[in-house]
Amino acid sequence: MAATKASKEQKYDRQLRLWGDHGQEELENAHVCLINSTASGTELLKNLVLPGIGSFTIVDGHKVSGEDVGNNFFLSNHSIGRNRAQAATELLQELNTDVSGNFVEESPDQLLDNDPEFFHRFTLVIGVQLPESTCLRLGSVLWNANVPFLVCRTYGLVGYMRLVVKEHTVIESHPDNALEDLRLDQPFAELKSHIQSYDLEGMGKKDHGHTPWIIIVAKYLEKWFSEHNSQLPKNYKEKEAFKQLIRQGILKNEKGTPEDEENFEEAIKNVNTALNPTKVISSGVDDIFNGEQCNDITSQTPAFWLMTRAVREFVQNDGSGNLPVRGSIPDMIADSEKFINLQNVYREKAMQDASVVSKHVEALLQSVGKVCGPYSCILRCCSLSSACSMDSADGEMVLYLMLRSVDRFYQQHSRYPGVYNYQVEEDISKLKLCVNSLLQEYSLNVNVKDDYIHEFCRYGAAEPHTVASFLGGSAAQEAIKIITRQFVPFNNTFIYNAMSQTTATFQL
Amino acid sequence: MADTDEPEKKRRRVVELTEKMVVDGGRDGGEWDGRWNHINMFLERPGPFTHPDFEPSTESLQFLLDTCKILVIGAGGLGCELLKDLALSGFRHIHVVDMDTIDVSNLNRQFLFRLKDVGRPKADIAADFINGRIPGCNVVPHFKKIQDFDESFYRQFHIIVCGLDSIIARRWMNGMLLSLLVYEDGVLDPSSIIPLIDGGTEGFKGNARVIFPGMTACIDCTLELYPPQINFPMCTIASMPRLPEHCVEYVRMLLWPKEKPFGDGVGLDADDPEHIQWVYQKSQERAAEFSITGITYRLTQGVVKRIIPAVASTNAVIAAACATEVFKIASSAYIPLNNYMVFNDVDGLYTYTFEAERKENCSACSQVPQDLYFSPSAKLQEVLDYLTENASLQMKSPAITATLEGKNKTLYLQTVASIEQRTRPNLSKSLKELGLLDGQELAVADVTTPQTVLFKLSFTS
Repeated sequence: MAATKASKEQKYDRQLRLWGDHGQEELENAHVCLINSTASGTELLKNLVLPGIGSFTIVDGHKVSGEDVGNNFFLSNHSIGRNRAQAATELLQELNTDVSGNFVEESPDQLLDNDPEFFHRFTLVIGVQLPESTCLRLGSVLWNANVPFLVCRTYGLVGYMRLVVKEHTVIESHPDNALEDLRLDQPFAELKSHIQSYDLEGMGKKDHGHTPWIIIVAKYLEKWFSEHNSQLPKNYKEKEAFKQLIRQGILKNEKGTPEDEENFEEAIKNVNTALNPTKVISSGVDDIFNGEQCNDITSQTPAFWLMTRAVREFVQNDGSGNLPVRGSIPDMIADSEKFINLQNVYREKAMQDASVVSKHVEALLQSVGKVCGPYSCILRCCSLSSACSMDSADGEMVLYLMLRSVDRFYQQHSRYPGVYNYQVEEDISKLKLCVNSLLQEYSLNVNVKDDYIHEFCRYGAAEPHTVASFLGGSAAQEAIKIITRQFVPFNNTFIYNAMSQTTATFQL
Repeated sequence: MADTDEPEKKRRRVVELTEKMVVDGGRDGGEWDGRWNHINMFLERPGPFTHPDFEPSTESLQFLLDTCKILVIGAGGLGCELLKDLALSGFRHIHVVDMDTIDVSNLNRQFLFRLKDVGRPKADIAADFINGRIPGCNVVPHFKKIQDFDESFYRQFHIIVCGLDSIIARRWMNGMLLSLLVYEDGVLDPSSIIPLIDGGTEGFKGNARVIFPGMTACIDCTLELYPPQINFPMCTIASMPRLPEHCVEYVRMLLWPKEKPFGDGVGLDADDPEHIQWVYQKSQERAAEFSITGITYRLTQGVVKRIIPAVASTNAVIAAACATEVFKIASSAYIPLNNYMVFNDVDGLYTYTFEAERKENCSACSQVPQDLYFSPSAKLQEVLDYLTENASLQMKSPAITATLEGKNKTLYLQTVASIEQRTRPNLSKSLKELGLLDGQELAVADVTTPQTVLFKLSFTS
C-alpha cells in the first residue's frame, strides 16, 4: 500500500506541484461521463486519464467506422463495426491502471428517454459532437441535478466549448499577478510596533544595508505623513518626491558618495505599487457579499457561502472594513533575521484574522444547528472576485454564428452541409438561408461574409485530429479546474480558430 | 464506479473493462475505407481562405503519405503528442531524436510510455508505440543528441518541429537551419529553407511559433523573450538565507562539496533518492538555524533538479497547434501562423498571437558581423562576461579565437580542460597585450550555435 502511494507521488509529481495533494484527491474521487468517443472526446479523456481521474464512463451508441479510426488514436481498425464506446474504453483504460473505465452502448437520447437519472451520479458530464437538440435536453437534466456540463465540438478548423453550470465557486484561484497585501497605508498594530522597533538613523552600516524595503518605505511614509497631513503621495510628482526622500536616506561614505545599498533601491522601485491604498472592497466582492446565498444561511448552505459570510462578518466587525490580511510578503534584500521577523509579523496577523473568521464560521454553523470540527481557513482575498472575461473579437464571433447555423441546417436536413463533394456547391445557398434565419431570429445586425458560408460547407463537418487535440487539451484542463475547484474556469463560451491560431472567450 | 449491484437491464449495460479485451491495434499496413476522410476535405476541395499556392488535388494526400519527411526533435511531453498528431494527419515518414531515457515522473503526460519502459530510450519506445498503433506509419528513432548530426542529416527533411525543454538546444537547431541556407548573388534560394516549428510549455503556459529561416524572426531574434535564468546571489545563499530555496541551494552548492557525504569525487546525483534525502535533511537543519519554515522533500527535489511543473493538457494544446502548422505548410492548405502564439490557461483560456519581428543585427540570422566595443586596456575577461551576460547574446561557454600574425590563435576555451588551463591566463591580460588590433575580427564558438559567430572588435578611447 505504501509502495503504491509512493509510486503515485513519483508518477504525478509534476502535476502535484500545480494543484497539490488535495487537488489530486478531488481528481481521484471524480467520475466523469463522456458522451461520444470521437477524436475530440477521446483526446479530452486521455488528458483526464493520464493525471489519474478516479473513473470515467463513455456513453456512445455508434459503431466504429473507417473514418472514425482515421482520426482517433484510441480506436483501432480491428474495432471497425464494434461499439465505439467499448472500443475507445479499452485503449483509454490502458493508459493508466489507476483509473477505472466503463462504457454504455447506448445513445444519450435513449438514456434521456428511459433513465435520465443515470446522469446524476457524475461529477461532470462532457458532451462531444452533439446535435443541438440533444444538448438542450441533456443541459436541462444536468442543470436541475446541479451537475456541471461541458459541451465540446470540433468542426473543421474550428474548436468550440461551452460550460453550463449553475454556480461554480473557486477558493484557490492561484492568481497570476496579484498585488501584494502590505497594509503600508494603514498598518495594523503589530506591524506598527514592529516598524517602530527600527531606528534607521541610529543603525550600523551593515544593518542599514540589510533592512527590508518594506520597513524603509514604512519609515519614510511616517515622515511624509507628518509633513503632508497624513495623505499618501497621490500623483506622479508626489511619488517622485517621496522616492527622492528615500534616496536621500542612503548612507554616504566619507567622500559624500552614496553607498551601494540595494535594499534602498528596492524600496524606491517598489514605491509605485507599495503605496496603493489597501483596496477596501472591489465591486465583484461586493456582489458576492450581497448575494442571496450569503445573506440567508441555512443548514443546507454549502461551505463556500458559509466562509464568504464569515469573511463578510470579519470585514464589518473586526477588519475595520478590510479583508483578512493575506500574510505573504515577497522576497527582498535583507539579512535572515530581519526578513524572517517581518515575515512572521504578517503571517501571525494572517493566522489571527483567519481564526477570527473561523469563529464566525463556528457561530454560523451553531446558529443553524450544525457542529464543526477544527479546521484552518486561510482565504486569499483575490479568490473572492468572480471570473468574467468579455473578449469579443469579430473573427471568432462569426465562427460561433456559423456553428449555430450548421446546427440549424442539421435540424432541417438531418445532415451537416458539404459532407460529400457533390454537396458542397448546392449546400452553400441552403446554409446561407440558415444563417439569415438565425440572424433574423435573434435580431442580430451582423454581416456574415459569404466566404465563411463557403468555408463551413467545405469543412463537411470534418473533425481533423490536430484541432480535436487542441480542443481536448483545453477542455480537459477546464474539467480539472471544475473538479479540483482550483484555478478559474472559462466563462462560458470558447472558440478556437485553427486557421489564424487565435481564440476568444465570450460570456453568453 | 460501475453499478455492479444493479440488475443488468437489457436496454443498458454499464460494462467494466475486463482483461480479455483487445488492447493493441495490430501491425498491418493496410488501408481501409474512409481512413483519411477527415483531412481530405482540406486537400481536395477549393476554399476561400486557402494559401495562394494551394491547388486542390487528390495527389496531395499521396505527397503527405509517401514523400513528405518530417523531423520531430524531442520525444517527451510535446514529442509524444507531436508524433500522434502528425501520424493522424497523414504523415508517415517521421524521424524523432531524443537523448533521454524514460523516468517515472514522465508517465503523467508522456503517454507513449508505460511503467515497464522506465530506463529505456524515449525515442525508441515512442517510435515503437506509434508504429504499432497507426498502421503504415514509419517513425524512425534516434537515441542521440541533436549535435550528433550534421547538415547532411537535417537537409533531408521538409519540415522540422521541435518539442524541446532547453533554450540552448533550440538555438543550436536554429543555427543549424540557418547554416543550410544558400544565397546566390546575395539572394536567398527558397528551396534551401527548411521551416522550423517550435513549441514550448511550462505548467499552464506555452507557446508555438513558425520560423522560416532567413525570412522570418528566428529564435535569436527574440532572445529577450527568454530572460536569463535568475540564480540566487551567493551572499544570500552563504550567509543570509530567507527562503527555503536558499537553504537547499546552500546544501547543494556549498555543503555537499565540503562534506562529500557519499565519498570523494561523488557528485550530487539529482536522480538518486538517497542523495536527495541527504540534501533534504541538511536543508532542514540549515532552515532551523534561521527560523525558516517550509522545507519539504518535494521542494528540495524541485530546487535540486530545477523541476518545472507539467501536465498533459498544456502539452496537448501546444503540440496540436504546432502540428496544425506542419500540416498547413506541407499541404499549402492555409497560410501558416504568422508567427508566434502564446497560451495560458491559469485563468480561463488566454492566447495572444503576434508577428515577432526580425532583429536587424541578430547575431544568428542577420549575417551582419556583430560589433564589440572595448578599450584596448580592457581585459579579455570583460569580453567573456559581455558575451555571456548580454541579453541578446546569452552565450554559455564561448570559445574565442582570432587571427594573429596570419595564424589562428585560441584566446580562451572552456570546454576542454587542458586548453582551458593553458588559455586561462589570457583572461587577465588586456586586449592590447594579447596583440589584438582595432577592427580585428574575433570568431566565437558556443554551444548555442553550430556555426561560429564573427565579431568585429572596435577600440574605444
